[in-house]
Amino acid sequence: MAKMNLLQAINSALITVMEQDQRVMVFGEDVGHFGGVFRATSNLQEKFGRARCFNTPLTEQGIIGFANGLASQGSVPVAEIQFGDYIFPAFDQIVNETAKFRYRSGGQFSCGTLTIRTPYGGGIAGGLYHSQSPEAFFAHCPGLKIVVPRNPYQAKGLLLASIRDDNPVLFMEPKRLYRASVSEVPEEDYELELGKADLVQEGKDITLLGWGAQIEILQKAADMALDDGVSCEIIDLRSIMPWDAHTVAESVMKTGRLLINHEAPQTGGFASEIAATIQDKCFLYLEAPIARVCGLDTPYPLAHEKEYMPDQFKTYEAIKRTLKY
Amino acid sequence: MQDRNHLARVNTTHQVHIIENGLIDIPMLQILKPDGTLHNEAREPELNEDTARKIYDTMEYIRVLDERMIGAQRQGRISFYLASTGEEAAAVASAAALSEHDMIMSQYREQGALAYRGYTTSQFMNQMFSNEKDPNKGRQMPIHYGDKPLNFMTISSPLGTQIPQAAGYAYGQKMAGNEAITICYFGEGAASEGDFHAGLNMAAVLNCPVIFFCRNNGYAISTPADEQFAGDGIASRGLGYGIKTIRVDGNDPLAVFAATQQARKIALEEQCPVLIEAMTYRLAAHSTSDDPTGYRSREEEDKWRAKDPIQRMAKWLQQKGWFDEKANKQLIEESRQAVLAALKEAEKVPVNPIDDIVSDVYSDVPWHLEEQLNNLKQHIRKYPGEYPKTSGRVK
Repeated sequence: MAKMNLLQAINSALITVMEQDQRVMVFGEDVGHFGGVFRATSNLQEKFGRARCFNTPLTEQGIIGFANGLASQGSVPVAEIQFGDYIFPAFDQIVNETAKFRYRSGGQFSCGTLTIRTPYGGGIAGGLYHSQSPEAFFAHCPGLKIVVPRNPYQAKGLLLASIRDDNPVLFMEPKRLYRASVSEVPEEDYELELGKADLVQEGKDITLLGWGAQIEILQKAADMALDDGVSCEIIDLRSIMPWDAHTVAESVMKTGRLLINHEAPQTGGFASEIAATIQDKCFLYLEAPIARVCGLDTPYPLAHEKEYMPDQFKTYEAIKRTLKY
Repeated sequence: MQDRNHLARVNTTHQVHIIENGLIDIPMLQILKPDGTLHNEAREPELNEDTARKIYDTMEYIRVLDERMIGAQRQGRISFYLASTGEEAAAVASAAALSEHDMIMSQYREQGALAYRGYTTSQFMNQMFSNEKDPNKGRQMPIHYGDKPLNFMTISSPLGTQIPQAAGYAYGQKMAGNEAITICYFGEGAASEGDFHAGLNMAAVLNCPVIFFCRNNGYAISTPADEQFAGDGIASRGLGYGIKTIRVDGNDPLAVFAATQQARKIALEEQCPVLIEAMTYRLAAHSTSDDPTGYRSREEEDKWRAKDPIQRMAKWLQQKGWFDEKANKQLIEESRQAVLAALKEAEKVPVNPIDDIVSDVYSDVPWHLEEQLNNLKQHIRKYPGEYPKTSGRVK
């Protein structure tokens, strides 16, 4: 075990898989010698050469189009989009191509080996174009897997599983935790299962559900609620698609209450999908409406970031409202 | 760290110096005259009788297939078709210059390239009738062919998306050490999409062994080329991206063959992209949903009919003594019958079982799709008469 921050854990995962599999190639804007704007790909070019770790021109649709071709050829591309906010120029290549390659060809061709890494989320004073959480746009598109780690240990294990998974994976990294979160990470190879939620903390009064950087917020809110004698169960969804409805439903049937927290705007956010499914599966067990604590339905603001964020105080208030309903 | 100088190749001037489009002169390679003789100074590519006949026969076959399938669409037997009449040489003669190991990434008007590789009439029909023998499992509109054994990538409807993909595919071939390249077909309309610019730039910078083959056929549905781009066609764009470029008469099978053969050699030996712009004309409608009489004249079409690539090659074959009028007529007749027979056969084949509606979305069927399929089956069982294509097989 070694102490690593989230970036080091990602770097360690990439080194692990590039050493094992010659077919793995890492590319994107500035990822070569410079190691990416956040340095997640540091030293890869020195270790594995310019042919396997390289800079691309500034063209997101080009990066993903190129990655789709590579993946369909049988290589294992790990493409970086510098910020999740800049993934939209590649939207067509992801939604119409990456996601549908296997289906449209009846399984003859696929982009299953592709992993798209991208930083997402706020809390870094990034304003409109460096703070978005675009997971719901992609969750609406059949054929993609979406994975979000919450700490360095999760990041390495989930990234290795994503790269080796036989489906294209959008791997969203909480950039606010890149250097803030440090944990023990095995230097050796390990994988964490995709599509499986993680029970972070057991409790009996309410289930708090989130992913990525928001797990920290849920933890803080749960600690506040504990002072009031409220016992919170915390679940990290980890995979947005496919998502582990079974684990969530089981928890809700036990606690009778559910609160979902995400940074993205509330309307059409993935919390809506979860709420609809859980009311379908657990209707008679629910003792209160399912609460959503989300971003506002506005672009992500700069000066009012603190007010915009679904933080622990808003979460704590929602816990109280739900329990009192 | 390496010292780089991006001004190394820049000349200086001390007057305001404006470069105009007219100064760029990209000639068009022509080998065959319309009468089947060679232009002065033109050299025949190395083309033996078998290959020459195969190119010709494939072009004739595709014309027959196109005619019959447009008819079938008019009769309501298939929902859609897209003919390549007038452009057969562009697809067929270019495919003939490739190795069978080269990947073909097609737009949608390259049935000639697929036929040249050996796709059978039945295979064409099964795809167009979306039956259970369709390798796409009935998920795409007619003409979205794809065949892994023939190295022909399944066609996608969105325009131009195959262009950056071809760069990536070719990069993968290079990294795997394959003695193969990728060819990517598209029309001049698709060259307006962002994917074209992204793909060419990526391929040039990352040294990908790929041929970008543009069929400049005059129209993008109803929009004529001069409303699609300014400047000297698509070829000049290749030069702008630092890509070796050839412009060729797309209705001259020998010129297309020679240009593609040379492009392939460069792509493979120098591990770099090459752009070919084939100047041709879409004599057919864009698709069966289009009516060209609304936007172009009969006279214009007739001018291009006189440049028919099939006629031109027939005359050349005759001069070589490689053409037998009677055998050719018989071949066309046999093709017509074969197409009709395969059509009737494919029409009778049922669609895929309903389980295939959720397969291939992911490598395995996840829980939510399993649930949705079970609900759907239960519903079909309740209303079998409303879902006659599948209800017989839902137990």
